[in-house]
Amino acid sequence: MITFADQLLVLVMLINFIMLGTSRLAFAIRAVAVQGVVLGIIPGLLHQFSGHLLMITASIILAKGVVIPWMINDAVRKAQIRREVEPFIDYVPTLLLGAVFTALAFVFAQRLPLAPEHRELLFVPASIATLMTGFLILTTRRKAISQVIGYLVLENGIFIFGLLLTDAMPFMVEAGALLDLLVGIFVMGIVINHINREFSSVDTSRLQALREE
Amino acid sequence: MVSSVIHVVLLLVMPPLLLGVINKTKAAFAGRKGAPILQPYYDLARLLQKGSVFSTTTTWVFRAGPVVTLAATLLAALMVPLGNHPALISFPGDMLLFAYLFGLARFFTTSAALDTGSSFEGMGAAREVTYACLVEPTLFFVLITLARMSKSLSLGTMFTYPSLQVWLTSGAVMLLLSNALFIALLAENCRIPFDDPNTHLELTMIHEVMVLDHSGPAFGMILYGAALKLFVLGALFTNLILPFKTGNPLPDWGIFIVAMLYLAVLIGVVESVMARLRLVRIPQLLVAATILSAFAMLLIVR
Repeated sequence: MITFADQLLVLVMLINFIMLGTSRLAFAIRAVAVQGVVLGIIPGLLHQFSGHLLMITASIILAKGVVIPWMINDAVRKAQIRREVEPFIDYVPTLLLGAVFTALAFVFAQRLPLAPEHRELLFVPASIATLMTGFLILTTRRKAISQVIGYLVLENGIFIFGLLLTDAMPFMVEAGALLDLLVGIFVMGIVINHINREFSSVDTSRLQALREE
Repeated sequence: MVSSVIHVVLLLVMPPLLLGVINKTKAAFAGRKGAPILQPYYDLARLLQKGSVFSTTTTWVFRAGPVVTLAATLLAALMVPLGNHPALISFPGDMLLFAYLFGLARFFTTSAALDTGSSFEGMGAAREVTYACLVEPTLFFVLITLARMSKSLSLGTMFTYPSLQVWLTSGAVMLLLSNALFIALLAENCRIPFDDPNTHLELTMIHEVMVLDHSGPAFGMILYGAALKLFVLGALFTNLILPFKTGNPLPDWGIFIVAMLYLAVLIGVVESVMARLRLVRIPQLLVAATILSAFAMLLIVR
């Protein structure tokens, strides 16, 4: 089962690349939803079946795979944007940067003092690579919605790391993190709407410029 | 002995059939009846009977182009195992020669195009070389990963290595490799997401524009060389994705031929359901393929 989980983590890292390479927001949102569902399945493969596990799996798939993507989609529809037009760094360079970060994540994970049973698994490198992808999306994209997606990817990376600790981590902590995320997305949705109404675009770089009144 | 004869005959005779199958598939998707499957053979026979016209501004480079291209592709074809049958020529490190024989072929095709002095052909040559630069890393990452997995530097061993066992233990890596190789195959053979082999609008063409000035037998050689290249890269791809071995030579040949025909149908389906990419988007897809294969290597080397 644990090797199958490893193959799923490869899929998760591939989705990272898809998100770095695509300019279509709807596609990126769908990709992040798939990533959330895949991540929701993984804990079920790793641990003994229990009520606690079932709750975590169900709530993660519901939150990451359905509710959050639906909320972002809603924001996209209201703001009437379809693609990220001019990121700060273009798509091909970000893809290459993403590849470099993934490679570095593997190198870095080898040097971490991990428990011997975790050493051969992909969890730690996948977690760091997903974190770095989230950072990349957050820093290189202009649109507020792309940045929300980057934030989600970042959280997914943290979640993968938490997977190793599912037994030790109480359900309340998981639930708290998910709730934080939901509230964060909700607030971002409102912020996006306000930016959109104020500037008739959701380009965050315009928030940096001062205006004379 | 019988196997070697089948090997050579298949290598020489089958390539145009793939083109015929691709065109038939596309016709079926478009609701047309389409040209007969053997049409590429008729085209080749017709071209070989024609005379050649050479422009007075061209030099020997223009005449050498098709010949060297075909010779290099044929030599590369001899190094590829077909199905589970070993390659005819095989030595450690032949994967480098294989890759650079295609490089040599490309060099002569583009030189012949530049030799005509036509601005269109120069443009095509520039595009061809640009995209080739981006495909080469993909091909090498795939080859290096397979070399590392099979612990051999010879194409013959590398491409007979994938078995059901390998697919079960490292399925993700094999999936990445086969996807990257398929994208490389489409790009190298100028198939649809990258280049439309049927187009006759010079501004959008890559490969077709370079051979506009060739005629008669020389053009036939170019067409046959292109079909052979498709066959060779297709054989590599089928070796990678087909893990079944019966151990009996004749059924293995049957499986291989059926798999190649299915591959041709697959290419036809891809060409029917996808539109040609804009030129600026092509490098993006090629870089993505490189990343796929590099990622596969990372998973193996780790």
